[in-house]
Amino acid sequence: MVVKKPNEMTIVEAARALRARELTVRELWDACAAAAHAKNPELNAYLEIFDIDERAVEAAQVRIDTEKESAPLLCGIPLALKDNILLEGKVASAASRMLENYRATYDATVVQKLKEAGALFIGRTNMDEFAMGSSTEHSAFGPTKNPHDTSRVPGGSSGGSAAAVAAHLCIAALGSDTGGSIRQPAAHTGLVGLKPTYGVVSRSGLIAMGSSLDQVGPLAKTVADARILHEAISGIDPLDATTIPEGLYPAKKVQKSLRIGVPWHLVKEEIGRTGRNFRKTLDTLKSAGHRIVDVEIPTSEYALAAYYVVMFAEVSTNLARLDGIRYGHAARGKTLLDDYLLSRTEGFGEETRRRILLGTFVLSSGYIDAYYRKADAARAVLRREYEKAFESCDVVAFPTTPSPAFKFGEKNDPLSMYLEDIFTVTANLTGMPAISVPMGTVEREGKNLPVGIHFTAPHQAENALFTVGRAVEDSR
Amino acid sequence: MATTEEVKKLAALARIKISEAELGKFTSEFDAILAYVGQLEKLDLPKSGKEKPPLRNVMREDGEPHTTGAYTQKLAEQFPTRSGDALSVKQIISHD
Repeated sequence: MVVKKPNEMTIVEAARALRARELTVRELWDACAAAAHAKNPELNAYLEIFDIDERAVEAAQVRIDTEKESAPLLCGIPLALKDNILLEGKVASAASRMLENYRATYDATVVQKLKEAGALFIGRTNMDEFAMGSSTEHSAFGPTKNPHDTSRVPGGSSGGSAAAVAAHLCIAALGSDTGGSIRQPAAHTGLVGLKPTYGVVSRSGLIAMGSSLDQVGPLAKTVADARILHEAISGIDPLDATTIPEGLYPAKKVQKSLRIGVPWHLVKEEIGRTGRNFRKTLDTLKSAGHRIVDVEIPTSEYALAAYYVVMFAEVSTNLARLDGIRYGHAARGKTLLDDYLLSRTEGFGEETRRRILLGTFVLSSGYIDAYYRKADAARAVLRREYEKAFESCDVVAFPTTPSPAFKFGEKNDPLSMYLEDIFTVTANLTGMPAISVPMGTVEREGKNLPVGIHFTAPHQAENALFTVGRAVEDSR
Repeated sequence: MATTEEVKKLAALARIKISEAELGKFTSEFDAILAYVGQLEKLDLPKSGKEKPPLRNVMREDGEPHTTGAYTQKLAEQFPTRSGDALSVKQIISHD
């Protein structure tokens, strides 16, 4: 039997080994840290690998030794954090020159919850600047490489978190998802990625991108791990007024045999090269006793357009606060206006500036009705269409991405990069939870590249996603 | 569609400087992006005046403030320029 190295374990495996005293918290940390230091120069998954926090390691060990089985599963587990999630006293740069030297003045609520569970933080991971992108090529600190083929992107924007977990440089990680930024990199690196229901996880301490779309969620090696991490970070929070109580939406009973809705009208046109894996996965789910049903979501074809309008608008609004006056990059010119102009021009990268300008455009007088209000209305229609679809199915399925991970520089044109999100954005527009689970690999130039299957469930029906995700895992 | 003048105007509104080289690039990219999102114009939506919007603002009463000064030091450390605990900025009203 090949014995797994500690850093290659899942949360479930590591938690068991720690309780069985086959492994100490320090050994687990050391294995992850050693792998991170060895592989990071090549992958650039981490922007910073933290030094060991002796007190936290010691406290976690004591807790496991004394509380044993009742200690939280995350106790003593080294996790990575996307660089837009605040950890008090540490830099949180959102991979931008603008916040290169910004030190978090408080813990994000999700970090506080993980600390309470005894989890350890091994580093902050690379991303597209302010979470804008699908490849990490928009990071101000260089792109992250895909561990499955280093000539390809890991996806984005949570590409650093994805690469860190996939290469076993930590046990699991948090990312953030505004239009697919957890699920798309999970698909490209062979991981499970969950975008929770909007409002289930607090956004306090998450550097805002599109506030009506953003959610924090897990990138993990298995569905079980994603669930553990998700349950640890969720809950209502007075610091985020959009968080919702448990059971706000009617509970959905998850049957043993699931009804899986497929919007073939959408999938047929856009499916690209992941179609074979998609069909094969549906076939195995069918033979495992689940039902495949046809669903129609006609407004889907407008989802990406609506998403980009709403997101541009929210980005330009959220990033207006970064003006070089109170914190962040501060350049000084002759006048106050020069201070703003210089700080923002030097601080923001190209894609960030592009989206700020587009957001300024869609919100400007004369265009706001044609773009923003229309997009907002489309969003409401989409939500109703999904609610209708969920009358005849438990989850809606399609491939997470039309194709496997692409090469660096392949999507130079911004619009082609935006199209990478075609399947994932709808869940952010509707606020519904969605998961990407590995569905095998496709071969490209002699390398096996992972691809993912994507499921959406009704609001607060994450349970259905974990059940169907598990079914996909079991079928392989 | 987008003109260089319009892009310049947007940049001025957003407090961002765009170099001449970038201006041409942004203008042509904006054409393609706005043409794509402009698909929304074709979307025929039902009149939905009476409907409750799916997202709404959540307000709460003011209250339970933290202790005065609890975060002052931490926040002041992030100031680019400070005098004591105060944030120093340029004079914005001139006397001449």
